[in-house]
Amino acid sequence: MELSRIVITGVGLTASNGDSLPEFRRNLLDGVARIENMEIRYMGRIHAGVCHYDARRHQGRKEIRNGTRAGSIAIYCSREAVADAGVAWNGRETERVGVYLGITEHGNVETENEIYNISQYNYDTRFWTHHHNPRTVANNPAGEVTMNMGVRGPHYTIGAACAAGNAGLIQAVQMLRLGEVDLALAGGVSESIRSFGIFAGFRSQGALAHHEDPNRASRPFDKARNGIVVSEGGAVYTLERLEDARARGARIYGEIVGYHLNSDAADAVLPHAERQAQCMRRALASANLEPTDVDIVSSHATATPQGDIQECIALREVFENCPRTYINNTKSFIGHAMGAAGALELAGNLPAFEDRQAHPTINVDDLDESCAMPNLVLNRSVALDRAEVILNNSFGMLGINSCLVVKKFADD
Amino acid sequence: MTKEECKQIVLDIIAEIAPDEDLSDVKPDVRLRDQLELDSMDFLDIVMELRKQHGIEVPEDDYPQLATLDSCAEYLTPKFNAVNA
Repeated sequence: MELSRIVITGVGLTASNGDSLPEFRRNLLDGVARIENMEIRYMGRIHAGVCHYDARRHQGRKEIRNGTRAGSIAIYCSREAVADAGVAWNGRETERVGVYLGITEHGNVETENEIYNISQYNYDTRFWTHHHNPRTVANNPAGEVTMNMGVRGPHYTIGAACAAGNAGLIQAVQMLRLGEVDLALAGGVSESIRSFGIFAGFRSQGALAHHEDPNRASRPFDKARNGIVVSEGGAVYTLERLEDARARGARIYGEIVGYHLNSDAADAVLPHAERQAQCMRRALASANLEPTDVDIVSSHATATPQGDIQECIALREVFENCPRTYINNTKSFIGHAMGAAGALELAGNLPAFEDRQAHPTINVDDLDESCAMPNLVLNRSVALDRAEVILNNSFGMLGINSCLVVKKFADD
Repeated sequence: MTKEECKQIVLDIIAEIAPDEDLSDVKPDVRLRDQLELDSMDFLDIVMELRKQHGIEVPEDDYPQLATLDSCAEYLTPKFNAVNA
């Protein structure tokens, strides 16, 4: 069966160091991280990647008040993506537009807030808000997009832990190929920093980063790394079938040429190098590519002592004889944006097709020899001879692995 | 509490829950839903804020009493006075 070619035609994003693709890219190339110390309920000041996008640009104040942070991030990114894609929106028929957003989790923020709220009223549940259920249904972030933008096609979220950003994009590719929709708004979002539970959970697990300088706290591959910096954020793409994008003369950022998802079927939190390597190989095989064809690998590494080593074992195995393949990491700048991570990290690398730069992984003062491998882009951007294929790794708890292969668009 | 003071309290609550609404010319005898963008969830917010801020319970059967500012004042003023007594 001949599968439709699926292309990226628009990008909307918010990360702690940028609220548009050009700003985000510039900061990644220039080595500019942005992590803050944020007051977290019951815990005190903790490192966090905080977004500063202007929510009022696309939402009324009541909508912001009644909705969720994840919904607001999703709306901002979706509206910006559609504008970037040059899709005429007003008056458009939207029954064949689909919204597919990856999430690590959803609802913890709102539930924690309500428990805190009723604690102020002696736990009298008459004070529990009627907004709780619409805020916490798992489709909330995607559903808020449809209400804000008048999208009448399908919408749902894809829960895939920290592999969710890629999973949202993969879902959209599949739905476009099945002909279920003509335009997809797809990617991932996270409101995680509004929940104390995620911070407390990582701290109890011994996996929460700390450093006297917050901008140096997220340090994948460095010997002194000591855990994750939790962040919020989002990245949403407009995806279309190539023929539709061509018909409207769209600018094409790149083509999604392959992907793979698999499961470790092993540990709830520890990654599994063998399955990760298998996931990368199968994603490349689905694109009819070899490891030597890959120019940039956007690694998932979160700066946990064990997790980084496992991914490096997998990367060394797959890219053993690939002198032109460079490996970088975006979390060193913005922390771990959870459900948004995969989608944001792809966005951070996508402009390489045009500027032929590999942005670095920063904060590596003392490379852990267990993480050493050729062509790890350390601390400074590298100019590439060739930038045509990106492999985007995103792995998550319960052993979910996702790899996406994106190729510079060539009209062949 | 006077009925005018009661109306102001209701308007203050609406200003919190629907911050983009222009409340400068709300007609007291016209249904709030007919002159402001308020839906059923917003009315539940009004009920919740009356409970939280003023200790006033509005049973579900009485929700129609909140239709206009005048009917709010008629229904709520005795409740405020009872709470404040």
